[in-house]
Amino acid sequence: MSKNNNLSIVTKGILKENPVFVLLLGTCPTLAVTNNVFGAFGMGIAAMIVLICSNMLISALRKIIPDGVRIPSYIVIIAGFVTIVQMLVQAFLPELNDLLGVYLPLIVVNCIILGRAEMFAGKNTVGKSALDGIGMGIGFTLALVSMAIVREVLGAASFAGIAIPFLEPYKISFLVKAPGGLLVYGVLIALVYIITNGKAPKKRSFSCEGCPSRATCNPSACGGEKEEA
Amino acid sequence: MEVLKSLLVILLSSVLVNNYVLSRFLGICPFLGVSKKLDQASGMGVAVTAVMLIATAATWPIQKFILDPLGLGYMQTIVFIVIIASLVQMLEILLKKFIPALHAGLGVYLPLITTNCAVLGVAVNNINDGYNFLESMISSLGCGLGFLLAMVLFAGVRSRIDETKVPKPFRGVAITLIAASFLSLAFMGFAGIVDKLFA
Repeated sequence: MSKNNNLSIVTKGILKENPVFVLLLGTCPTLAVTNNVFGAFGMGIAAMIVLICSNMLISALRKIIPDGVRIPSYIVIIAGFVTIVQMLVQAFLPELNDLLGVYLPLIVVNCIILGRAEMFAGKNTVGKSALDGIGMGIGFTLALVSMAIVREVLGAASFAGIAIPFLEPYKISFLVKAPGGLLVYGVLIALVYIITNGKAPKKRSFSCEGCPSRATCNPSACGGEKEEA
Repeated sequence: MEVLKSLLVILLSSVLVNNYVLSRFLGICPFLGVSKKLDQASGMGVAVTAVMLIATAATWPIQKFILDPLGLGYMQTIVFIVIIASLVQMLEILLKKFIPALHAGLGVYLPLITTNCAVLGVAVNNINDGYNFLESMISSLGCGLGFLLAMVLFAGVRSRIDETKVPKPFRGVAITLIAASFLSLAFMGFAGIVDKLFA
């Protein structure tokens, strides 16, 4: 039973609670790095490493960190791991570093990581938090890569930088630019809704529920969207 | 004159061409979350602009006078986020104590801004672009105004969406994103304009 339970922690991140398409967290990097499959995959893996490490450490420290300073402590822990990942990427994968640019340090403020710390790691054991990190990380990576495939193949007629010659005359170059990202994201959210038959996405609007700042925030600032949650 | 011109180029290009929300995708969460009503959208926009200016005023000297001379450039991310988070907290406490009226209007948005990637993004970008202090402040002002402009425009668009009949799978977030895509398409038209304006 408990094995099933652990498995479901991992798998729920992939579709049912997919951080990007269902929980609507981490939208900024999702839109920004998905014009290229290689960049999207790199971003997914980098965020996954940070997510697993920070989830485990936060969960291990959950009884020590006082409740009042919990969010700042989480941010410092996450920033530490992001710095480590950033240095590793700069040293070993300079091309990826150029591709991700400012979005690599911005993993710190990726709502998925702080959101999972607040929603899951702060309340669960180290093992479960690590599994949650793996599941959410896979879900995030899959979402980024699937969006990048649509945008890069149709928009630039290439896959991870390798050109696909027969698509060249038909490419829709606006898809790799900013508006294309928003358009593809919107269509994919609708598609996930159709695939899951409207069951999985409980959230139909951005609300305070997943927002990492929720604990410190006055609900009226979020447009009083709590009633929709 | 030359200086003024280059500052104006930085300002206009960060408001229109490199709009943080619509072309660089920073600060998407508040853009989609708080743009439902015009007054909230403009409140959030003003608060973000103020925090961006304060954050740049604090992070730029720290990078140039503390981190760079000591060779601690790699600490940038962690130092910046801690500075921004504590500044926002401090600002909220000060507003609450000394200007309660302003706190009632803007204070509610402040905690949300701590984890807004646009603020950290501006601070990091100013360093990466090699701007001096004045240029950094102008670019932060431009980014903040660009954010405000996008928020206000989009609040108008959303009030129209609310009145239309949308196919079921697209209801909610999906149609909002598609509408944002068209707004972003309109902003793409500004590309290249600013440079030619002052050529």
